[in-house]
Amino acid sequence: MDHFPLNWDKLGQENRGKPKNDIFADAITRTQRPIVTGTSVIALKYKDGVMLAADMLASYGSLARFTDVKRLYPVGDFTVLGASGDISDFQYTKHLLDTVMVEEYYTNDGHVLRTQNIYEYLSRVMYNRRSQFNPLWNAYIVGGYNNDEKFLGYVDLLGTTYQSSTIATGFGAYLAQPILRKAVEGKEDTLTEAEAVEILDSCLRVLYYRDARSFNKFQRAKITAEGVEITGPYKVESQWGFAEGIRGYGP
Amino acid sequence: MTTRLEQPKGGFNFDNYQRNVFLEQKGITLPKMTKTGTTIVGLIYKDGVCLGADTRATAGPIVADKNCEKIHYLAPNIHCCGAGTAADTEYTTALISSQLELHRLTTGRKSRVATALIMLKQMLFRYQGHIGAALVLGGYDINGPCLYTIHPHGSTDKLPYVTMGSGSLAAMSVFESRWRKDLERQEAIDLVKDAIESGIFNDLGSGSNVDVTVIEKDKVDVYRNYAKPNERGQKEQSYKFNRGTTAILKESIKDLVIITEGIEEMDIS
Repeated sequence: MDHFPLNWDKLGQENRGKPKNDIFADAITRTQRPIVTGTSVIALKYKDGVMLAADMLASYGSLARFTDVKRLYPVGDFTVLGASGDISDFQYTKHLLDTVMVEEYYTNDGHVLRTQNIYEYLSRVMYNRRSQFNPLWNAYIVGGYNNDEKFLGYVDLLGTTYQSSTIATGFGAYLAQPILRKAVEGKEDTLTEAEAVEILDSCLRVLYYRDARSFNKFQRAKITAEGVEITGPYKVESQWGFAEGIRGYGP
Repeated sequence: MTTRLEQPKGGFNFDNYQRNVFLEQKGITLPKMTKTGTTIVGLIYKDGVCLGADTRATAGPIVADKNCEKIHYLAPNIHCCGAGTAADTEYTTALISSQLELHRLTTGRKSRVATALIMLKQMLFRYQGHIGAALVLGGYDINGPCLYTIHPHGSTDKLPYVTMGSGSLAAMSVFESRWRKDLERQEAIDLVKDAIESGIFNDLGSGSNVDVTVIEKDKVDVYRNYAKPNERGQKEQSYKFNRGTTAILKESIKDLVIITEGIEEMDIS
């Protein structure tokens, strides 16, 4: 995927110079480009359940536009949706999920949509939109705890899905996933809550250092048998004196 | 007879440019360069510099060399890791290594890291990025331990810990979590090994083994294949065919050399 925003507008570049004679042109929906975006979301499974974390920034290109955005969204009592990518598409998705949850409530059979169901629904919506060349430009992490089962899944704008004990979207895939994999793989049932928080914090710190579209203001979601608990906003400590003694860039 | 160090000619040599354009028009595509995919790292610790690299060389999606050497010798006290186009890193470091040796003979002193740096960056800038060599240069000279990165276009950075290559983010995440000033030697080696392994397992362009080189004052330790986390599993049985598996139907022995008694004179009339 081309991460350079100015290269996304392929159609605009193709259409430059062509006269706009087609009156139906505006009615056709097209693959867009993300405008207001959120960066990485990271998640892991631990002893008591699942944890997700994300910063609270919505960028407008290179501008840090909104710093109070809640990218971790609870759906029902035992599921959390973490979103990265276009924020307007995320808001639409939130609305969609709310609608679905309410409609299920109408059936009045006592059944509430579980994490697995929400994940399945979302992945079908995403793949469907991709097949119409009008994607919801997001990468989602769905995390939850149902019937003593920990769930953690990923869905993105292409409809790609996978489940794993550690997941990271965006830059997190390059910077946080190596740390998460090393720390969690094999220990999903023994990691304590404190250890899980420490692992997530060290990942968030690395992301704050090396992702140019990140922000030092985070939220963390914990899903256990007790339900969903979202803490934040909080900061991580960072060290910037690593090159104090260094002058210049060469001889 | 006097000898003079030849100054390198300025500017980019465009001799082959026209030829390449002509060939491409004819439909002949450039051969795929062997790239080193790569994770290379360097860090400064209490007593010196520690460099690390993986050992996979790729040609597109294929692993061309499972155990190549990416840490190159520049001088007795200076080594250089190379990422990018394998031939470029190989020949660039060899050229500057040779220039440094001549320089040592002229000056009568140990080479300095800054000298290697300026030679490398001026050459790479002259070629405007066409020489795809991304280098991590480390050494211990009269001014102490020194670590630089050099990008293909010729820019340099002086830093206490660096990573380059496709696996640089995976390795940098390890460094950013665990690096601190004045590490001990073994701690530094362990951190470098972990960073390279992070690249090996999380980046598809890197793989196989970990090479480590430690440079201290007057002492260099080259640990080729310091860690081998990808050794091939042992085959369960021996699959060699026993003698006699293939039946011998006929045996015929011919002498190709005919031995005669005495010396025969060669006829040179």
